[in-house]
Amino acid sequence: MIVASNVSKSYGAACVVDGVSLQLPKGGITSIIGPNGAGKSTLLSMVSRLMAMDAGTVTVGGLDVSKAASDELARRLSILRQDNHMTARLTVRDLVSFGRYPYTKGRLTLDDKEHIERAIRYLDLAALSERFLDELSGGQRQRAFVAMVLAQDTDYVLLDEPLNSLDMKHASAMMKLMKRAATELGKTVVLVLHDINFAGWYSDYIVAMKDGRVAAQGPAAEMIQPQVLSEIYEMEIAVHELAGQRISVYYG
Amino acid sequence: MSNYHQPEPFLILAIVATALLALVSLFVGVSDVSLPALLAGTAEPRAVEVFLVSRVPRTLALVLAGASMAIGGLVMQMVVRNRFVEPSTTGTSESAALGFLTVTLLAPGWPLVAKMAVSALFALGGTALFLRILKAVPLRDVLLVPLVGIMLGGVIGALTAFIAYRANLMASLLAWNMGDFSGVIRGRYELLWIGLVCCVLAYVAADRFTVAGMGKDFTTNLGLNYKRVMTLGLVIVSLVSAVVLVSVGSIPFLGLIVPNIVSLMVGDNMRRTVPWVTVGGAAMVLACDIVGRLIRFPYEIPIAVVMGVVGAAVFLYLLLRTPRHA
Repeated sequence: MIVASNVSKSYGAACVVDGVSLQLPKGGITSIIGPNGAGKSTLLSMVSRLMAMDAGTVTVGGLDVSKAASDELARRLSILRQDNHMTARLTVRDLVSFGRYPYTKGRLTLDDKEHIERAIRYLDLAALSERFLDELSGGQRQRAFVAMVLAQDTDYVLLDEPLNSLDMKHASAMMKLMKRAATELGKTVVLVLHDINFAGWYSDYIVAMKDGRVAAQGPAAEMIQPQVLSEIYEMEIAVHELAGQRISVYYG
Repeated sequence: MSNYHQPEPFLILAIVATALLALVSLFVGVSDVSLPALLAGTAEPRAVEVFLVSRVPRTLALVLAGASMAIGGLVMQMVVRNRFVEPSTTGTSESAALGFLTVTLLAPGWPLVAKMAVSALFALGGTALFLRILKAVPLRDVLLVPLVGIMLGGVIGALTAFIAYRANLMASLLAWNMGDFSGVIRGRYELLWIGLVCCVLAYVAADRFTVAGMGKDFTTNLGLNYKRVMTLGLVIVSLVSAVVLVSVGSIPFLGLIVPNIVSLMVGDNMRRTVPWVTVGGAAMVLACDIVGRLIRFPYEIPIAVVMGVVGAAVFLYLLLRTPRHA
C-alpha cells in the first residue's frame, strides 16, 4: 500500500501539491488523472523520492521514502518519468540490464539475465535489442525504458505518462502489459494518464487531482461519470456505454 | 553493465597500434639511439643514458597524459550530459592554472605534489562554479553549455594572466597553457601516474557514470546517490586536469574528440568505452607528438599546436554532423 499524508510542494509562491493525503490500494492499476498543472507528476515524483517534499510523509509498502535507503527503495519501487533529454548511446539490452543494478551493482547472474531476456520479450524488443537508443523511434525508446523498469522487478511500478509518444497499437499493448503485470505478477501499478478512456478501461482505481488537491477518487466505474469528470476538467463530458465499457466523449 | 562479454578484437588491434606508436616515439630524436644497438648491448653509454633519462620518460608521459586527459573529457561529458564539454571548455583547466599560479606565488618552496593538490582544488572549485552557473541558466541548446564554460574560462584566464603579468610570470603561464613534452625528463613526469589511477577509478565506477549520464531521475530510480556520483566525477576531472597541467601543460581538444569518436564507434556504455578512450587518448597524443617532432626536424613544434590544428578540424566535423537537438 502507498500512503501519503499531508504531502505538500511549492515552487516559490505557487503551491503545486497542497496537503494531499491518499491511500492507494496494493495490487491492481491505479491511474492519476486531472487537468494540466494539477500536480499529478509532482505528486508521483515525491512518492518515488525523486523530489523532496516540503511537508508530509509517504510510505510505500511500509518504507518511509524520505528516510529509507535509496537502494532498498530501488528494489521496492521503480519510477519512470518522461524525459525529453537526449539519452546516452546505450543499446536496448544495456539499458534493460541496468534495471538489475539495484540487485547486482554491476555483476549479472544467470537469474538477472533471465529477467532481462524476459523483459525484452514482454516488450517485443528482441529484434531491437542490440540497437542504440538514439537510433529508435520515440515509441520504441519508451518501450525500452519500460522493459528496464520491468527488469527492475519491483512490487510497485510508477509510470509518469507512459502512453506519451505511443500510437494506438502500442498504447493499448502497453496498458495490457500493465494489466498482466498487475494480475499475473501481483504488481501494484500507478500511472499518470491523460487519456481518461484508457484510464477508465484498464484501471481498478482512479484518483483525480485538481489544483494540487485530490478532487475525487474511487473505483473506475464510479469515477467515469459525466458529473464527476465535467467538474474535474471544467468542460462538458458525456459518458456512453459501449461494448460493456464506459466511454467518455468530449471531442465536440 | 558488464553483461554479455564479447572479445573485442578491434580493441586489441588498437592497443597493438598504440604500442607501435610508442615504440616509434622512443626512437625519434636528435641523439642517435637505435633499437638493435640497445638490445645487443653495444650502444654507447651516452645513448643509453639519453634513452633512459629522456626518451622513456617522454613516451611514458605522452601515454599517461593522453590517456588521462581523454578520460577526463569522457567523465566530464557523462556528468554534465553534454558531448561538447571537456576540462578546457568548462573553466577547469583555467582554474587549475590559476591555482598553480597562486601556490607558486604564495608558497614557492612547496613540493610539486602539494602545488598540484592546490591546483586540483582550484580546478574543482572552478568546475563547481561552472555547474552552478549551468543550473541558474536553463539552457535549451547543447552548444550553449560549452560556450558558457569557455566564457567562464576566459574570465578566469584573464584574472590569471593579470596576476602573472604583475608577478612577472607570463613565461611560466604560457608554458602551462601550452602542452609540450620536450622538457620531460626522468624525475619531472612521475606525477602523471596519478592520471593512470584516475583512469582505473573511472573504469571501476564505469556503471555508476553510465547511469548518471542518463540523468538524475534515472540514477535515483536505480538507488544510486546522484550527487555522490557527480562529486566522484568532478574529483577525477579536476585531478587529471591539474596533474597534466603541472607536468606537461594543458592539451586542448583531446578530451573532446577522443570520447566523441569512441561514442560513435561503440556507444556510451562506459564499461566498454573506458578502455577505448584510454587507448585512443594515448595514441592520439603519441601521434601528434611524433608529428610535432618530425615536421621541422631537428626542431620541435609543441604538441598543443599540432593538437589544436588536428583537434579543431575533427571537432568541426563532429559539430557539423551532429543534429542540433542531440
